[in-house]
Amino acid sequence: MATQHSRSAARFMMAPAVVLLLGWMLVPLLMTLYFSFKTYLPLRGGDLGWTGFDNYVRFVSSSAFWPSIQATLIIVGGALIITVGFGVLLGILLNQPMWGQGVVRILVIAPFFVMPTVSALVWKNMFMDPTNGLLAHLWRFFGADPVVWLSDASLFSIILIVSWQWLPFATLILLTAIQSLDGEQLEASEMDGAPVLKRFWYIVLPHLSRAITIVILIETIFLLSIFAEILVTTGGAFGTRTLTYLIFQRVLESQNVGLGSAGGVYAIILANIVAIFLMRIVGKNLDA
Amino acid sequence: MGQINLTQVTKSFGDVNVIPPLDLNINDGEFTVFVGPSGCGKSTLLRLIAGLEDITSGKIEIDGQDATELPPAKRGLAMVFQSYALYPHMSVRKNIAFPMKMAGMDEAEQKKRIEAAAKALNLTDYLDRRPGQLSGGQRQRVAIGRAIVREPSAFLFDEPLSNLDAALRVGMRLEISEMHKRLATTMIYVTHDQVEAMTMADKIVVLQAGVIEQVGSPLELYRRPRNKFVAGFIGSPKMNLIEGKLASEHSVHTIGIRPEHIDVSTTEGAWQGTVGVAEHLGSDTFIHIHGIPGCDPLTVRAGGDVDVRHGDTVYLTPQAQHIHKFGADGLRLD
Amino acid sequence: MARAVTNQRKAINTAAAWAVGLLIFFPILWTILTSFKTEATAIADPPVFLAFDWTLENYSAVMERSNYARFLWNSIIIAGGSTILGIIVAVPAAWSMAFVPSKRTKDILLWMLSTKMLPAVGVLYPIYLIFIKLGILDSRIGLVIVIMLINLPIIVWMLYTYFKEIPVDILEAGRMDGASLKDEIIYILTPMAVPGIASTLLLNFILAWNEAFWTLNLTAAKAAPLTAFIASYSSPEGLFYAKLSAASTMAIAPILILGWFSQKQLVSGLTFGAVK
Repeated sequence: MATQHSRSAARFMMAPAVVLLLGWMLVPLLMTLYFSFKTYLPLRGGDLGWTGFDNYVRFVSSSAFWPSIQATLIIVGGALIITVGFGVLLGILLNQPMWGQGVVRILVIAPFFVMPTVSALVWKNMFMDPTNGLLAHLWRFFGADPVVWLSDASLFSIILIVSWQWLPFATLILLTAIQSLDGEQLEASEMDGAPVLKRFWYIVLPHLSRAITIVILIETIFLLSIFAEILVTTGGAFGTRTLTYLIFQRVLESQNVGLGSAGGVYAIILANIVAIFLMRIVGKNLDA
Repeated sequence: MGQINLTQVTKSFGDVNVIPPLDLNINDGEFTVFVGPSGCGKSTLLRLIAGLEDITSGKIEIDGQDATELPPAKRGLAMVFQSYALYPHMSVRKNIAFPMKMAGMDEAEQKKRIEAAAKALNLTDYLDRRPGQLSGGQRQRVAIGRAIVREPSAFLFDEPLSNLDAALRVGMRLEISEMHKRLATTMIYVTHDQVEAMTMADKIVVLQAGVIEQVGSPLELYRRPRNKFVAGFIGSPKMNLIEGKLASEHSVHTIGIRPEHIDVSTTEGAWQGTVGVAEHLGSDTFIHIHGIPGCDPLTVRAGGDVDVRHGDTVYLTPQAQHIHKFGADGLRLD
Repeated sequence: MARAVTNQRKAINTAAAWAVGLLIFFPILWTILTSFKTEATAIADPPVFLAFDWTLENYSAVMERSNYARFLWNSIIIAGGSTILGIIVAVPAAWSMAFVPSKRTKDILLWMLSTKMLPAVGVLYPIYLIFIKLGILDSRIGLVIVIMLINLPIIVWMLYTYFKEIPVDILEAGRMDGASLKDEIIYILTPMAVPGIASTLLLNFILAWNEAFWTLNLTAAKAAPLTAFIASYSSPEGLFYAKLSAASTMAIAPILILGWFSQKQLVSGLTFGAVK
């Protein structure tokens, strides 16, 4: 309900944000599409003309493509399983009555605020270093040979670092969702004689399903594009070259912009598939 | 000054036509009440006059000038909202000063007017508090104060008393009436409460579904309701509307008789019925009577000392000069 | 009513939660501790936890060697500038969507959200090229713009959510009182929305501070913020754990403190209001 005057004012005031985001989305997107149909090597002759779908075919048929998809899926999937699984458990734990709840919350949330380059370097050097890392000390203490984490268990190591960063996010959201669970509902089920595990399975988990879905979708979007964590740990070596990292290498390291752009288009399509599901959930929430 | 004329004003929200073409003249200094059931369009009509909504077609004139296209701020009207709509982050003083600040009035004049308004509204001790620290009645006064200081050509009130408790409401009703007598400024007041309408108004506009059913002084509406809707809406308890046999004795479709215009007797009378519930208010007794054909139950307002109980047989006699006659189309017949 | 919980059960909960909390926090704690050790103590086996000679030499070494102040300043300018600029653009947009909603409002909100999901690497080269053409590669202004744009959807969403809670009556009262649109936003809406705007500022400052794709790819010597400063430690030279720790502590300390204040807004901000 408003007047014509305020409606036109509204359009006017929305314009800057809309125009900026439209430009931010369309201009680079169209350029990426444009480059993806070209042979474009800035350091080796520049624009060498149209190539049709060559780049798309070459990107997919290169020996690095499938391993990169595999690495991406393993990292994203592994981190999701760890963060959501532990997130639910931690959320339930933090929701219990205890002393110093506020402080524990702060401790648990802290990793989310650590910048990616810091967490990657701290884990890489101070924990995962095979000679001086804390984990190596620990292994030696138990008489075992230290693991060369970032080469022998490279994917697991990356998953560990990324999960450490994202566990707080999952925990916080799931904790919020658990707190909104109706206590009377749980008490009613207790009166009905449901044991703890069944109560968790039939009441708590379904209640959390929406929050879990949101965590999965948002994390997926961020995890698909993790970059700094790989750049400063393995540099894409030892099977940790994700799709994002592969595209980065094609574009900036080997300066094959056409090929990289085709990869970029694939990445955009992949992200959009996830995005559609997320937007549906968020959109429904807007109606409510 | 505060003459407001609406000519063929309509309002649609999308495809929904909320106000069909409507004409209304509000004279300078008049206390006009828009009354009707909820959803009748009275608040929308007020917002159209305020300029908070666009009219779809037609013309609004304020003091002879076309105000149809003017933004709210330029219409010279002040509004008191149902929720009071005080600025929660400003002190009472700043709330009251806000319209003057927007108008660029000089500080000394602002101060003078704030002091005067605060004094008139008993707010002097509260000027430095925030709205959140005030009671409902005090907030209401602040909202009124904010409207007064602008010296508007008309005041608009949108159900201003509906958030107050019953006792406070009666008090504020009197205060607003007194304010009107003192300022003699045009006031338009929206309410769904016909008691407020009857007690405060110079002119009542009864609305239903966006259509004006009747315009007139409270007593005109009470004495000569133009149709069955107004007859039923104005007056409390409601007028009894009787159809069928008893109406055809008067050769009309419906007759209406107010509860206070029926004499009750336990021995003799024109109609015979049985007492359902008798509500003893002390000063009055509202008796709900069953068994009168064409109107069940029929309500009678008798004196406080009438002693009838559930199940008693009573005889009723309507006062002939107070019988209202309506045709099949619901309109008054004389 | 909830039942009284026995102290024993509460003690078990407390012990378990603190154990998990400390385990999760440990890498940060260890980094902070190590930053006060000498390089030799930092790699001692078995590791020294608290009983070492505390020293500040790493902090002075880091400051001297890498001009920490300039990186810090770049981080502050980039995070602060992008956030403030974003708020300036977003407040009017959020006002429109919250108070003058139309049939398209929902679509616009969702579309804005969708731009947030565009993978950065997909548009890396075009942005790189545009930056070169405009001469803003490795400049703070360039990064301010890019980071403002990537966070703009979150800022609009957060503000929209907060504005929706302000009764429209109050804004209309302002209009009746003679406030122009500008007055309405400056004198009524903004002061009422201060808590919401503050938490939006905070969360987006943190997100901008930690952004590590564009800051790494679009900067070199001049405009590099702390993310890049830390990344420069990825090629080790001799013993450097203590210095790395000192540098890391300096990079994360301000944001950890800010972050703890913003934890409540984190949930609704990052889930676009889908979880409250």
